[in-house]
Amino acid sequence: MRRGPRLLGPRRPSGSREEGARSALIAFVSTLILSGLALWVVLTSEAWPRVQRQFFNPSAFREVWPDVVSGFWLDIQMFLVAEVVILILALIIAMIRSLRGPAFLPIRALAIFYIDLVRGIPVILLILLLGFGVPALQLSGVPDGRLFWGVTALVLSYTAYTSEVYRAGIESVHESQRMSARSLGLTQGKTLWYVIVPQAVRNVIPALLNGFVSLQKDVALVYVLGIREAVRAAQIYNARTFNYTGYIAAAILFLLVSVPVARFTDWYTERDRARKQAMSA
Amino acid sequence: MAVKLELASVGKSFDDKIVLRDIDLTVQQHEVVCLIGSSGSGKSTLLKCVDLLVPIDEGAIILDGHTISGADVNPNQVRQKMGIVFQAFNLFPHMNVLDNITLGPRKVHGLSREEAEARAELLLERFGLTDKTHDYPDRLSGGQQQRVAVIRALASEPELMLFDEITSALDPELVAEVLNVIRGLKQEGMTMLIATHEMGFARDVADRVCFLDGGLILEQGAPRDLFTNPTQPRTQQFLQRIVEAGRL
Repeated sequence: MRRGPRLLGPRRPSGSREEGARSALIAFVSTLILSGLALWVVLTSEAWPRVQRQFFNPSAFREVWPDVVSGFWLDIQMFLVAEVVILILALIIAMIRSLRGPAFLPIRALAIFYIDLVRGIPVILLILLLGFGVPALQLSGVPDGRLFWGVTALVLSYTAYTSEVYRAGIESVHESQRMSARSLGLTQGKTLWYVIVPQAVRNVIPALLNGFVSLQKDVALVYVLGIREAVRAAQIYNARTFNYTGYIAAAILFLLVSVPVARFTDWYTERDRARKQAMSA
Repeated sequence: MAVKLELASVGKSFDDKIVLRDIDLTVQQHEVVCLIGSSGSGKSTLLKCVDLLVPIDEGAIILDGHTISGADVNPNQVRQKMGIVFQAFNLFPHMNVLDNITLGPRKVHGLSREEAEARAELLLERFGLTDKTHDYPDRLSGGQQQRVAVIRALASEPELMLFDEITSALDPELVAEVLNVIRGLKQEGMTMLIATHEMGFARDVADRVCFLDGGLILEQGAPRDLFTNPTQPRTQQFLQRIVEAGRL
């Protein structure tokens, strides 16, 4: 019997249906007992009432929730826009790095320089530098919004990492594929575009999805520019009331998005592995 | 007969290792030349040099009277006159058979999709693979994959075909169907340069056989002469081993 990939945990050895049901029951009961115990320890501890008041305060939650949600909506928008730009730019840079021959040396060197430079700088520093620095220059014809430059900093940083992911994928394609394509008379660019890149992207989809999860959280870093996204909204509430419930609210929202993506990544990776195995069999 | 391809004093090294030395080889129009020799003797590199996939260090490669090994030549144009098929991983796994075959004609030769597909369908029919038109490579047997690879090369209407041990990764029972395709091409008068380990096939199909050893063409001649009366001790030794292995 073929089973689909599972969303949680390692693959269990395949057995009969009854055995499967039995082990599922055992897993369920043991999880219930363990989490019940943990909850009991926390709730009966002496410090719990204080913790609840500071972190899990229902009335504070109701008060801060609308601000955090609207901030989080901005986080999502920043993430979506940045991700699309990153996926395109990173692919272009990875393709440039993969061009062979002396004629392409200058742009290849430029791509490497960019990747080394940006990967060597902390993201937060890049955000501060661009987000506060560029608008302060008041250059004509250049956007002066902190939001714009904050997202640009994220794009620059993640593009460098993502292009390395693509490049690993490009290099994982068998050399005969490149030679076969070139032998048909295709140029380097067409060989990359029609033959190498489609295979490369497929090979690195799990790694790209991991990047999604990472960026989806890192967009919150633009709070340092005073942009009212979820973390900033929670911080404002905290500064006013000395209550941390807003941060918990923001954390919940981030988890609601990142956990499903992480589970999907594992599911996809597992399915891909199974498919490759079936193919080589 | 006109000279199709000429290699003059061609040399090639990878780092310190010399893989081809002082290769002189002439292939006439419609001639079938087989390259034999043990693995690492330079057969495969020689073919890749001819298709300009590997740059040579010394000498010259001349196609139809024009030197193609120079820096002023556009390799993409030269390659349109030739087709090459490798040992394995020829087909693009993300494209079906039809797209594999039409990629070159469409993206290099500028044919419309309809024209390219008509040409591909004609070739598929000729080689008995019409029912595989829309299959992906992983659905084909190794022999079928290699035959499609040959068709893909033919779709660009080459004047010279290069084969790089195209049966050595195949199960024994699939070898014949691929070799028969080459026999068919010989009858049509295709000029071919073939690196092979199949000695029986080489004796059968070749007009001339070259024995390569250590990057050198040690001996060449008509298959009847070379296989029955090799003059060089190294050739004798090589053929002796082939006979002992029951491959000739």
